[in-house]
Amino acid sequence: MSLTHLQRLEAESIHIMREVVAEAEKPVMLYSVGKDSAVMLHLAKKAFHPAPPPFPLLHVDTTWKFQAMYALREKAAHEAGMELLVYQNPEAKARAINPFDHGPLHTDMWKTEGLKQALDLHGFDAAFGGARRDEEKSRAKERVFSFRSANHRWDPKQQRPELWRLYNARKSKGESMRVFPISNWTELDIWQYIMAERIEIVPLYFSAPRPTYEYEGGLFMADDIARLERVMGRRPEIVERWVRFRTLGCFPLTGAVESRATTLPEVIQEMLLTTTSERQGRVIDKDAGGAGMEKKKQEGYF
Amino acid sequence: MTQATTEPVYKADSLIASDIDAYLEAHQHKTMLRFITCGSVDDGKSTLIGRLLYDSKQIFEDQLASLEADSKRIGTQGQDIDFALLVDGLAAEREQGITIDVAYRFFATEKRKFIVADTPGHEQYTRNMVTGASTADLAVILIDARKGVLTQTRRHSYLAHLIGIRHIVLAVNKMDLVGYDQATYDAIVADYAAFAADIGIAQFTAMPISGFRGDNITAPSPNTPWYGGPSLIAHLEQVEIDSEADAAAPFRMAVQWVNRPNLDFRGFAGLIASGAIAPGDAVRILPSGKTSTVARIVTLDGDLDRAVAGQSVTLTLTDEVDCSRGDVIAAAADPVATADQFEATIVWMDEAEMLPGRPYWMKIGTQTVSATIQQPKYQVNVNSMAQLAAKTLELNAIGVANLSVDRAIPFTPYAENRDLGGFILIDRMTNRTVGAGMIHFALRRADNIHWQAVDVSREAHAAQKGQSPKLLWFTGLSGSGKSTIANIVEKKLYALGKHSFLLDGDNVRHGLNRDLGFTDADRVENIRRVGEVAKLMTDAGLIVITAFISPFRAERDMVRAMLPAGEFVEIHVDTPLAEAEARDVKGLYAKARSGALKNFTGIDSPYEPPERAEIHIDTTRMSAEQAADIIVEHVVGVWSYDL
Repeated sequence: MSLTHLQRLEAESIHIMREVVAEAEKPVMLYSVGKDSAVMLHLAKKAFHPAPPPFPLLHVDTTWKFQAMYALREKAAHEAGMELLVYQNPEAKARAINPFDHGPLHTDMWKTEGLKQALDLHGFDAAFGGARRDEEKSRAKERVFSFRSANHRWDPKQQRPELWRLYNARKSKGESMRVFPISNWTELDIWQYIMAERIEIVPLYFSAPRPTYEYEGGLFMADDIARLERVMGRRPEIVERWVRFRTLGCFPLTGAVESRATTLPEVIQEMLLTTTSERQGRVIDKDAGGAGMEKKKQEGYF
Repeated sequence: MTQATTEPVYKADSLIASDIDAYLEAHQHKTMLRFITCGSVDDGKSTLIGRLLYDSKQIFEDQLASLEADSKRIGTQGQDIDFALLVDGLAAEREQGITIDVAYRFFATEKRKFIVADTPGHEQYTRNMVTGASTADLAVILIDARKGVLTQTRRHSYLAHLIGIRHIVLAVNKMDLVGYDQATYDAIVADYAAFAADIGIAQFTAMPISGFRGDNITAPSPNTPWYGGPSLIAHLEQVEIDSEADAAAPFRMAVQWVNRPNLDFRGFAGLIASGAIAPGDAVRILPSGKTSTVARIVTLDGDLDRAVAGQSVTLTLTDEVDCSRGDVIAAAADPVATADQFEATIVWMDEAEMLPGRPYWMKIGTQTVSATIQQPKYQVNVNSMAQLAAKTLELNAIGVANLSVDRAIPFTPYAENRDLGGFILIDRMTNRTVGAGMIHFALRRADNIHWQAVDVSREAHAAQKGQSPKLLWFTGLSGSGKSTIANIVEKKLYALGKHSFLLDGDNVRHGLNRDLGFTDADRVENIRRVGEVAKLMTDAGLIVITAFISPFRAERDMVRAMLPAGEFVEIHVDTPLAEAEARDVKGLYAKARSGALKNFTGIDSPYEPPERAEIHIDTTRMSAEQAADIIVEHVVGVWSYDL
């Protein structure tokens, strides 16, 4: 009997999660409510069954996520029997940081700073993240157990070699680790697994008629029109279109694609036939030219 | 010359558009192969990987557009696409034009998903290649057809074989640049075959390719009609995967975590290293040797009837037996062995050299134990495979050595199973992964030397002398005053009627340790021997006083760990370097500064001050006499509790 690629990927991810629980003092799972998070949460349930996963979920919130994401967040945590921690950077909140007026600062403050603050606040020494090596060039060299200095910096030259299935989880005082259990999954693997395991994902991944507006050449969904109007200082022109999302983040930053894919096979079909890469809808990678993500990671972005 | 890949390859599977359900059904049953590509930038390694991604449509149009732009700007192929740019990830590497780490790439065909470990080829990156190879089922050894078998080809092949890769592909690349000449190809393959047999590679698969032009990558190339073998992809799709071979071996699973959600459930979670398991199977737990029977294989989707190598499972047993993280559950009739001394191949991966005698953490399977490595039996020259004498192993060195661990552990030889025979070594101070190793076999020697049980115990010796044994361990820079203070302490103890003995650094080096120098490795051995001697003396009930620079925390902690809790008293004689150098009683600092004396602590060899010394002596604030009083008072004070 040969294991399929999904069975082997699943076994590897479960193995990684169990190593963390066995060796870390206070682990947490970062939960972004996207499809990769959904798969990671499902794997965690499998790894520790019949016990619930022995760590909480942490959502580093920007207050600008889609309503449908907030809804699934509560439901998924409840069904897994896990505590859900939500963190919003108080300074970003006080300064009303938003994607329109503040550009890259929006991501820096809500996500990068917010994550550091949340980890420090709770004293978590290991945080599971749903990053995959196929997402972006600098991710390809990221370790599964990735060490961060006391101020959360990543040094690509100081990474520990990872051999066989042996992960060195020892760390000095103040250091923490990010652990990426789905490092070796590709976007197609994720979709196939969601289909095979019937994992619930945010409905926004499927196409439906939604209120959309155009902004600086991109197509976006008006998830909260009143708030958009307040921040933009005008009411954007809303057009109902059949759209869906390939990745999910803050609704004013996440490009919608016009689509008629309403089922998983159709979504996968579209992904396979599509001609642009997954992260193209996001603004982050291009900030600093070719090395954008690497720079962000050194600063502590997930 | 025909362009092997025109349009047809870079095109999505037609099933995707016509029948997505059939496509998904086919892809749901793919297997997975991990392989490593070995070669240097010059061999076209990154180009080959870029080509595999490109031909299997793992590149999207936006990436392709930026690739085309980058190729023209910084590429090395003129106006053509430079596939290497697709895979050279980190900014520093793109600038230098070399890959300096291990990167993992992914692509898939209808039959398999592939994970490619892309590692640099130069000798200074041996550790990276070993890392990438450790999880690979197959190695692609790249040769530039214009250059033939080079030193690096031998090195890569040796390393791939050393790490136990069973499938070797010799990819003779850049065939387009030698006019697809069969004679050139045949000569290279013959040359390689002779070498491969020498180092024990029983078989390999050779193929003529061009990563740049696409010859024999996805389909047989019209440019090499004389080659009758499969294309690279076709070969990768059909070779046997290691986990399939592992499934045929006896059952072994290292316990990762004990799942105990309530009093009624106790499950043992782990990834099956080899064999298969079913409810009702008899198992043995190592190292305890207790036996039991598998009751259930528990998963979220319901209990399984059977599980095989490569699966992560949770087992419950029919008996309440002791079993915890680090233990191995094995087939009762064919269990794994346990031992505490081994011979192993060690690959050193850290800038700081290996120190024989220093304790390191060793992680093997799911257990972490303390291990000390002896002086290597030999080091292997990775280019010539010659065995060289070695006192230590430096970064990227590979050697064979005996090592001992602090308890008997379950294991298998690496050749039988990678999961239970491969280990990493971790520095106890920096927590860095400093080495990796592969167990050859257990040494039986330990079985023949049993501890002699003595009737007059160490307690009896101590009681006779009316004292508790202690080891007063002075540490500090040369010239800090360790020996001076230690001498006064011993005189005072003698006056109090206490039985003591002073082991002085200089004196020991004239006799017991006269074969040792001042390298880091020798310093470690020096302290180990002193520690063992001091331990025997405390067994005799003595208060032992030692005065050694003992610059490394790891060795002081090693001696601390040799003794019962509370007997090791670390005394830090703290003198600023400038002060010690100004005193320079023996004139050693002057020699060290002039370069006449090498490896001198504080000058060109580090001193690691204690972090938890029992007694701290600041020599700038007290005399030697005062310091001795504090120490004697501390020791006598402790006694008063004991007596």
